[in-house]
Amino acid sequence: MDGTIPSEPPRSLRRVPILPNGVMGMLIFITAEVMFFAGMLSAFTIVRASNLPMSWPPPGQPLLPATATGLNTAVLILSGLALWFAHRAYQKPAPSGAEGSKGGVLALAICLALGLTFVGLQGWEWVRLLGQGLTMTSSTLGSFFYLIIGVHGAHALAALGLLAWALIKLRAGTLKPSVFYTTQAFWYFVVGMWPVIYVRVYF
Amino acid sequence: MSGPAADTHAPDAHAPHGDHPHHPEEGFIKKYLFSTDHKIIGFQYLFTGMAMALIGGFTVYVFRMQQAFPGLSVPGWGRVTAQDYNGLVTTHGSVMIFWVAMPVLIAALGNYLIPLMIGCDDMVFPRLNRLSYQLFLLSAVILIFSFFVEGGAFGGAWTSYPPLSARAEYNLTPKGAPLWLVAVAIEFVAFLLGGINFVTTMMNSRAPGMKMFDVPILVWMIVIASILFMASVGPLVAGAVMLLFDQTIGTGFYDPVRGGDPILWQHLFWFFGHPEVYVVMLPAFGIVAEVMTVFSRKKLFAYKTVLYTAIGTGVLSFFVWAHHQFIAGIDPRMANIFGVTTLLISIPVAEMMFVYIATLYGGSIRLAVPMLWALAFISEFLLGGVTGIFLGASASDIYFHDTYFVLAHFHYTFVPIAIVSVFAAVTYWFPKMFGRSMNETWGKVHFWGTIVSFNFIFIPLFITGARGDHRRIFDYTHFPDLMKSGMQDLRILATLSLVVMLSFQVIFLVNYFYSMFRGPKVGPNPWRANTLEWHAASPPPHGNFPVLPTVYRGPYEYSVEGREDDHWPQHLPN
Repeated sequence: MDGTIPSEPPRSLRRVPILPNGVMGMLIFITAEVMFFAGMLSAFTIVRASNLPMSWPPPGQPLLPATATGLNTAVLILSGLALWFAHRAYQKPAPSGAEGSKGGVLALAICLALGLTFVGLQGWEWVRLLGQGLTMTSSTLGSFFYLIIGVHGAHALAALGLLAWALIKLRAGTLKPSVFYTTQAFWYFVVGMWPVIYVRVYF
Repeated sequence: MSGPAADTHAPDAHAPHGDHPHHPEEGFIKKYLFSTDHKIIGFQYLFTGMAMALIGGFTVYVFRMQQAFPGLSVPGWGRVTAQDYNGLVTTHGSVMIFWVAMPVLIAALGNYLIPLMIGCDDMVFPRLNRLSYQLFLLSAVILIFSFFVEGGAFGGAWTSYPPLSARAEYNLTPKGAPLWLVAVAIEFVAFLLGGINFVTTMMNSRAPGMKMFDVPILVWMIVIASILFMASVGPLVAGAVMLLFDQTIGTGFYDPVRGGDPILWQHLFWFFGHPEVYVVMLPAFGIVAEVMTVFSRKKLFAYKTVLYTAIGTGVLSFFVWAHHQFIAGIDPRMANIFGVTTLLISIPVAEMMFVYIATLYGGSIRLAVPMLWALAFISEFLLGGVTGIFLGASASDIYFHDTYFVLAHFHYTFVPIAIVSVFAAVTYWFPKMFGRSMNETWGKVHFWGTIVSFNFIFIPLFITGARGDHRRIFDYTHFPDLMKSGMQDLRILATLSLVVMLSFQVIFLVNYFYSMFRGPKVGPNPWRANTLEWHAASPPPHGNFPVLPTVYRGPYEYSVEGREDDHWPQHLPN
């Protein structure tokens, strides 16, 4: 092509994925989920800000248990930490047969147990608040509280289901890396979203 | 698919396809209803969208007849009551945007074309793709079901503002309202799954050698639109859940008496709703880029400018939503800011227009049917964009708000987007989809009939709107001021033009389905285009390419100097 076309460096003839497909799909999904929570939290902020000063919580409604939930937040963060250890153990090449993944199984089981504890304690908190007269229709505080915490709880349960499934696969030694990383991304999202919700809703 | 093709697979693509390298012929049900093949899913979206367009077209015919001839017993419907009217208008708006524009522009074209244009055998998540269509179909079924429940289809307008939408005693559709919300929410889940697929496929499965700037503009546009959709849909789903609770279990999210805020819905809705305009607009611009370069035999003028402009439009589109609320009681200082951002966004869109016109300049233009549609897109959309300036400036919007001027404005954007550019796409890719060509003469008859009557619908409505016609009036005979000086004549002109436009679509449907089975057969590349889909057989088999192609250059190398042939396909080494 007699010099009219500038020559280019040779092209790579291999297909190079940026991230494993599952992880990338999950990250995009999480972006949408973050915006979903952002929508609910900003709606809550607007409604709360339009109340008169000193009238929050609305008359006759209980204060939300910030301290107890703070401890529960710690439980959830510890669960995320346990997952990180499980990830490290999973990545480390096994020194002698199945020994390497044993630490991974233990850490993942701890992560799962802590996650279940978090959801259980949240459920117990709901029962107490319902007893104190905070319901879905009693005030905007109640509506938003059960909506936001409920949606987060539903995500936590879905993620715990995935983690339990990953645990079974890991024990059997058939857990694919991309599946594990995808599951991890979802649990880190559930863990990482919670402190934001906690600060915006409970205080 | 075997041998060298297997080496070019992405490392992680082991899931469904590596296991079945031979794609055996399947039965009709399995092939057309439960397929994971991206092309079949694209057809499913396309034909569902076309069927829904018939519903959207029928509803507009009924309520426009009521506008032109109040009290007439409309052929095919009967007398239109005020309640019918609300349901028809709401159904027209929601169907045309959510069940026609989005499934056809994003889902149908994205599914059919992305894997072909980037040179891979299927989407990276084929089963997720199938689930996406099944959810979409479910949402359409729920919507259609809602026409027949007590009270009829939802009558609170497609924007669904509370308190009208939240309380059954206001909208009078106790069952239709929640069903509408559920249908919309399910549909968004479907598009979310589709969007994840599009972006991941485009990022990870491009043919070897295809760099980011070798990707055809249409693929980029669909990917950018998917990202916009996914980033904006969350708040709307949050708002929809809240509205559903207000409707069904009696919460007060949007009820000011109980501490809620009705304007909140408008913010959540338009935070999605305005980027949504660009979600459908960008793929339309992408289609036009593909068609224009092929039919003017010229390289796209400033590929990177188009790409960066599209990204800029996308980012800016998140900061304009409150221009829908200038008279909703928002702070006037905020209205100023949103007025400025709204006017700013016309700059990148105008830039894309100029780039396309520059692409035409000096080309050897061939006015085939797809090219006519593409040119019509540019000229009609221009009118929509220019009239938008009056609505973006908050001062003039206070006068124009909720008049037929607004309505005519957004139909001048949405009809080019969802109808004109889709006709360009359907006629352009028809030979690829079915291996046959459509009739050119009848295509032109259909084009001129549609475009001329389209302008005769909406130019009269600009005039009635500027004279004060409010959008949501069922019977103008109750408003003597709006019946003066030929206003009713303009309404009748618009309605008759609509009937003409709708009847011209019969020509298209006959031409389309006749050509699908009886049209003259064509080779794989009848338009002599460069992009990879024209390298596959027509119609492409399951797995698309016999050997997955390798890419050596950008998609728009037409009339390259020093080359005998006037096109230079992406997959040819030289």
